[in-house]
Amino acid sequence: MAELLLMRRFEIPDSHTLRVYRETGGYQGLAKAFGMTPVAILDAVKRSNLRGLGGAGFPTAVKWGFLPKDSPKPRYLVVNADEGEPGTFKDRYLLERDPHALIEGMTIAAYAIGSHLSFVYIRGEYIKPFRIFSAAVHEAYEAGLLGKGILGSGFDLEVIIHRGAGAYICGEETGLISSLEGKKGWPKLKPPFPAVRGAFDCPTIVNNVETLCHLPHIITLGGQWFAALGTKTQGGTRMYSVSGHVVRPGVYELPVTATLRELIENHAGGMPRGRRLKAVVPGGSSAQILTADEIDVTMDVDGLRDAGTMAGSAGVIVMDESTCIPEALWVLARFYAHESCGQCTPCRESTGWVEKILARILSGKGRPEDPDNLLDIARRGAGTTICAFYDGAVNPYLSYVEKFRSEFDYHIHHGECDVQPGRVVTGLGTR
Amino acid sequence: MPRLTIDGKEIEVPAGANLIEAARRLGIEIPHYCYHPGLSIAGQCRLCMVELEKNPRPQIACNMVAMDGMVVHTQTPKVLETRKSIMEFHLINHPLDCPVCDQAGECWLQIYYMKHGLYDSRFVEEKVHKPKAVPLGPHVILDAERCILCSRCTRFCDEITKTGELGIFNRGDHSEVGLFPGKVLDNRYSGNVVDICPVGALTDRDFRFQVRVWYLDTQKSVCPGCSRGCNIEIHSNVRRPHHAQGRRVARLKPRYNPHVNDWWICDAGRYGFGSIDQGRITFPQLREGGLLREVTWREALALLIDRLRAYGPDEIGLLASPEMTNEELFLIRRLAETLGVKNLDFQVPPREPGDEDDFLLRADKNPNTRGAEAIGLWPADRGLDAWEMLEALRREQLKCLWVFHHDVTRCGWPEGAVLEALQAAQCLIYTGSNVNGMTERAHLVLPAATYAEKEGTFTNFEGRVQRIRKALPPLGDSRADWEILGECLEALNAGPKPNRPEEVFRALAHAVPAFAGLTYRDLGEYGLMLREVAHGASR
Ligand SMILES: Cc1cc2nc3c(=O)[nH]c(=O)nc-3n(C[C@H](O)[C@H](O)[C@H](O)COP(=O)(O)O)c2cc1C
Ligand code: SF4
Ligand code: SF4
Repeated sequence: MAELLLMRRFEIPDSHTLRVYRETGGYQGLAKAFGMTPVAILDAVKRSNLRGLGGAGFPTAVKWGFLPKDSPKPRYLVVNADEGEPGTFKDRYLLERDPHALIEGMTIAAYAIGSHLSFVYIRGEYIKPFRIFSAAVHEAYEAGLLGKGILGSGFDLEVIIHRGAGAYICGEETGLISSLEGKKGWPKLKPPFPAVRGAFDCPTIVNNVETLCHLPHIITLGGQWFAALGTKTQGGTRMYSVSGHVVRPGVYELPVTATLRELIENHAGGMPRGRRLKAVVPGGSSAQILTADEIDVTMDVDGLRDAGTMAGSAGVIVMDESTCIPEALWVLARFYAHESCGQCTPCRESTGWVEKILARILSGKGRPEDPDNLLDIARRGAGTTICAFYDGAVNPYLSYVEKFRSEFDYHIHHGECDVQPGRVVTGLGTR
Repeated sequence: MPRLTIDGKEIEVPAGANLIEAARRLGIEIPHYCYHPGLSIAGQCRLCMVELEKNPRPQIACNMVAMDGMVVHTQTPKVLETRKSIMEFHLINHPLDCPVCDQAGECWLQIYYMKHGLYDSRFVEEKVHKPKAVPLGPHVILDAERCILCSRCTRFCDEITKTGELGIFNRGDHSEVGLFPGKVLDNRYSGNVVDICPVGALTDRDFRFQVRVWYLDTQKSVCPGCSRGCNIEIHSNVRRPHHAQGRRVARLKPRYNPHVNDWWICDAGRYGFGSIDQGRITFPQLREGGLLREVTWREALALLIDRLRAYGPDEIGLLASPEMTNEELFLIRRLAETLGVKNLDFQVPPREPGDEDDFLLRADKNPNTRGAEAIGLWPADRGLDAWEMLEALRREQLKCLWVFHHDVTRCGWPEGAVLEALQAAQCLIYTGSNVNGMTERAHLVLPAATYAEKEGTFTNFEGRVQRIRKALPPLGDSRADWEILGECLEALNAGPKPNRPEEVFRALAHAVPAFAGLTYRDLGEYGLMLREVAHGASR
């Protein structure tokens, strides 16, 4: 296995403490960064080919470059620790086991973009991560690693930790900003993008936890070194959250050049009880599903895009042959119907509609036209909404039905499941 | 000014205009629900999709600022198909209860379904159920199932009144409009949310179920409720008189005027039309032996002329009203000149101070104070003002007082003194629309048409002269003040009576410098400023 960057302290006792962090090379990147100009840091990040690991895979240096040069307003850095994408649990590990890496990465980013106030938006259900991270922030303030004149550099950074209230949509960067501003977590219209007008109407950079945790070693080891670990368009490693039907579910850090098959078979131990693989979702629930014979793909952003799916948040959900795909889609459909913020019409209305059609199919009352209607509804709504939430719902709607059509038809024509014969699921419509 | 092409037509638009407004200038309608020119951009309904050249995805027109060289298409197959889809999404959970919905006939779901929907329904699931018939405040009632969650109402309360009563609660298709805990939608402009709600979700508690909107007739007018002079439409129901207990005015709606009220009116003005159909004086009356007896106009006018001739000019007082039109006030001035009467005034203090705010409401609750001032309805040299006239009545120096519209028994003056004065009058003539303290005391009562029943102009507090128009015939035997005064002047040999207020206005514009150069035609939709204001002269 390649060298671990993000997870290298995970197995060390008390890895969340400043003492252990420092003993293992912590805050050296920050010290080095203060010796560089912000432009030089931006340049290193550019050369590293670091791409956002929150979901969209946008090149980090390019995003930072969108900040207006001439705005008199303060700039904010927002750390997206809302981690709500089903099948994704990597940021949680980072917050719990290496919180100082986030503080260090965040401070490097803030210095690079000229921000003196950083908001960390932590998922509401993440109580333990919140406590551990808060304690680390406290430690950092005490040690002069946050606050005024950090490490004697003259650079100031304050941190505000904000806890979410359990809405998936508050992970979407503009929904997050609305929530941070004290409003309902409704995503905002773009343009303007947050880099131009974000939190409290000020230029704002939103970055994912994992993205920021990469900055310390990009600074210490260099952008080129980081880039060399990956592909031409994406550098480094990332953390894959593997769940579902594998022998060893958990988080795995691999270079982005690793393939999905390697991850599932070599690292996660393959299928339990000798079952056969049926399907894999490679990038969190919003990614298109892949069939068992589509997993020989590299898991970088472009590799998965070329395979007709997406790297997303790298939440890898593995389903073996015992899985009923219509039911799996219904589980997701219920999630999207429940989590749609309800602001824009196509998403608000069709997420509920799709859920109901699927519930009806599972209860044995499917109609022959249902699969085509599902596809049509999804295609009509795709690309018409305020935020990417809905496209993230459309990806599973379309790919599950297209790739596993016969399972839907079987339910409709026989009133029961072909994978688990005799199984009829009722009472589903109770959201 | 950016120049762009929409559906093959070029147009130049003001900088900052969005594509909906740009297209509107070309007569191209881009359908939309959440966009409202008076509110912030929400981009929620997703109906206003258009295609832009060099842009692969359709874009919402409301959030797209017109730029130089843009090429926009509003009628491509992709756009039409997208609209159809969005209409379907809007309607799947809608109860489709048009037959019992008061919005039917003016509902933008109905209108756009016919224009842009026309798909076959395929939704067979149970719809989402939400609260129905929820009173939100004194004037507005909500049916959350009919709501399309465009957020216009919440934005109105956040941005225009800044009272923030309404919010959208819950998520997904369970989202619903409602009141924040402890709030009531009782701000002074609450009725506007009914106007901007594009569907039957917010309806007017006063209006609903009175009459179907397709039986209504519409006329442009100006609200007489205060000196702002908000532009309104009078919606009247004369085709189904048996509905609404014979109430002819069904409702008032704001009419857009960028110089006066934009899209809005206050609730006091909106719901202040009851006196048009209720408590009216419908025929001339003469007091005999303490009782009023109905007389014909011929008799009434003969008596009126007889009285005006019977007294000397110093024994007569004329108390005009800022509720009257400029034309009518001008005729009163002419009457005073004809008779040589110097005791002339138009103002009476209000019983209590009117409420005012920094939005539309003005403390002066009269529509034409500025007009009366400009025309000069003041006492002529050493003539008596309103209060002095009453005192002179009490001293029996003044014998005959003709009061227009004011109920001086219920104003800011001490009631006892007023009643004593009126008691002492030899001849008290009252011209007004509604039964009040004056009709109980006047010797001759002349029924006047209301503002909804006549033509004319009002001058608002800023000096903007605006037209009112006749929405209804005068009730019963009532007549517009200008007609009564015209008859009177003709009988006094002061020239032929006018046929139309426009004739009077022409004479007014000729005689009163403040009005010089103004004509009905030029007043147009939005009115014009008095000359003195337009030219910046100080008053
Ligand atoms: C519905 C939705 C949910 C999202 N949830 C998260 C999240 O929980 N955490 C996250 O980092 N990014 C999430 N994102 C992506 C963010 O919008 C944003 O792209 C990201 O935080 C940017 O950081 P990065 O460039 O470092 O990846 C979500 C996006 C969408 C559309
Ligand atoms: S796409 Fe869905 S989640 Fe995103 S703004 Fe619209 S309704 Fe909300
Ligand atoms: S009640 Fe009417 S105005 Fe308010 S959100 Fe619903 S449809 Fe829009």
